[in-house]
Amino acid sequence: MSESHPGFELVHQNDEETLLTLSGAWVRGSATVDFAEFTHELHAASPKRLLVEGSGIGEWDSTLMAFLLQCYNLCHEEGLEFAPGKLPEGAAKLLSLATAVEAHQPPAEQQENWLSSLNPLALSRRIGVVLTDSLSFTGEVSIALARLVTGKANTRFVDFLHFCYQAGPNAIGIISLTSVLVGMILAYLGAVQLQQFGAEVYVANLVTIGILREMGVLMTAVVMAGRTGAAYAAQLGTMQTNEEIDAITTLGISPIEFLVLPRMLALLVCMPLLTLYADLLGIVGGGIVAGGMGISPLQFISQTEQALTLNHLFVGLIKSVLFALLIAVAGCRAGINCGRSSAAVGMAATEAVVTAIVYLIVADAGINILFQSIRL
Amino acid sequence: MSTPTTDQHISVRELTMAYGSFVIQRDLSFDVRRGDIFVIMGGSGCGKSTLLKHMLGLLAPAAGDILYDGSSFVGASAQARDAIRRTWGISYQTGGMFSAMTLAENVALPLQLYTPYSSSEIADIVAYKLALVGLAGYQEYYPSEISGGMNKRAALARAIALDPEILFFDEPSAGLDPISSRLLDDLIVELQQSTGATVVMVTHELASIFAIATNSVYLDAASRTMIDHGDPRYLRDHSEQAVVRQFLNRSNGAEAKTEPPRGSGNE
Repeated sequence: MSESHPGFELVHQNDEETLLTLSGAWVRGSATVDFAEFTHELHAASPKRLLVEGSGIGEWDSTLMAFLLQCYNLCHEEGLEFAPGKLPEGAAKLLSLATAVEAHQPPAEQQENWLSSLNPLALSRRIGVVLTDSLSFTGEVSIALARLVTGKANTRFVDFLHFCYQAGPNAIGIISLTSVLVGMILAYLGAVQLQQFGAEVYVANLVTIGILREMGVLMTAVVMAGRTGAAYAAQLGTMQTNEEIDAITTLGISPIEFLVLPRMLALLVCMPLLTLYADLLGIVGGGIVAGGMGISPLQFISQTEQALTLNHLFVGLIKSVLFALLIAVAGCRAGINCGRSSAAVGMAATEAVVTAIVYLIVADAGINILFQSIRL
Repeated sequence: MSTPTTDQHISVRELTMAYGSFVIQRDLSFDVRRGDIFVIMGGSGCGKSTLLKHMLGLLAPAAGDILYDGSSFVGASAQARDAIRRTWGISYQTGGMFSAMTLAENVALPLQLYTPYSSSEIADIVAYKLALVGLAGYQEYYPSEISGGMNKRAALARAIALDPEILFFDEPSAGLDPISSRLLDDLIVELQQSTGATVVMVTHELASIFAIATNSVYLDAASRTMIDHGDPRYLRDHSEQAVVRQFLNRSNGAEAKTEPPRGSGNE
């Protein structure tokens, strides 16, 4: 590589013309040319025509071409004539190739201030959009369900079984872990308080009611939102990106019937079962902690038996069906409305989990208020 | 721009490609000369793209070697491979543009990784590379916002970002209309002539093959090996293999036992 630095010289020849002489090695890693300085000098000369002389150029690569293109664009903008002469072989060709097509003028885009995203009005509008979207999606799903019931839907039973397997047996490991631990946490929490009154034995009641009505189903739902809801969004989002959903639509099949229904029904079937399983393990977890605090297993079981009523069990199961619906709607809606890029799939998965968890908490609060007022 | 050291830029030696025990092609030996526009051709499913993946080091050969400038690529260390790869520019079948990045970011990525340029210099070079492929002014667009043909050209801009010595193309004109496909061919030739790079492409677009190729190899699906190589315009009339002549003449070959290769379409 030659040691000479790239350089340029502007010579004012007459009122009309200015000669730009380029010299040295214009390669990656060499010193660079200050384009602002060139612009300044050119403006000082203010010619009508810029002649370019490049016979002094040694080695060159894209550094030279980028500079030449900038010169060309500058001349073009300011109405000067750009006259290249004696450029290295190849460079002249590349320049004519690069300037063959007029530069595209992208439409001016409205710049969004980051602060505006905090605007409560805009925020509530966005939440409103998600809500109405979810509602209309639920409507579409209802229509599809009605068609399924009347036997007109293109829903395949194989798909349903496949998603049942994914949402059910495959989830048992993680559900076991979380529900045992949540049972233990509940037991600790209650035991410490109840000990002050010498009422440790009522830990069993607390754990049973707490798990059955609330924690068992909520933890299961949160795990399933992260696990299955996100998976639904990612699957459907990828299908949208790959134009699979377009293909399904043009085959005359409703993507809601073909893709969303089996997923949703699978979750609706699996969630109550998983909740029952989580309830059982949660109580076992509570029993383990209670045993550690000196309550005999027999005592714990008989106390649990007293606390366990069908009402508590049904509250949990009703919630689990509703939560399953919410998770499936959040996941599938995010997937179906996904954009067509890999980044959009990631965003869809995130949106699915976030909306699902918000829905869960809000719905849980609502249901508790409702059940409280009807004394269930 | 770089001074030729050997005439053989890429040498494939006795290459056998296999997925497990299933042999796709065996005993491939050919040379790509510096400055060639080299086409890998053959009917659908004969292993063209697989050969390209072997040349790129994405798949390991079952036997044989591939040499770049006389040094083995298959046996090279990871560092040596990276060094060789840095002299390449690759355009994938579907473009391979990073969809989460704008065109400018896509083209700038290799420059940021491997060159000492400052960010303003990178912006200048990106502007130049995009102008070369006729996409001046599209810096801030995302790949999903432009057409398929424009994506192919943008992929080319990214491939030439580092002024590569070898350009690889996998089906450059697949999915393009004849006019866009012709423009892309012209662009490849112009770039090749002005930079002196070696071009290796997989294609079965006959129009492209005759318009730009200077050298080629024909992979046969039935015998699982290369059955001819050379200038495709010469092979069209003078190949000793009937299948090759049929392929290049697009005839359905009543006398041939193998299925007629298709003239166009995606694999």
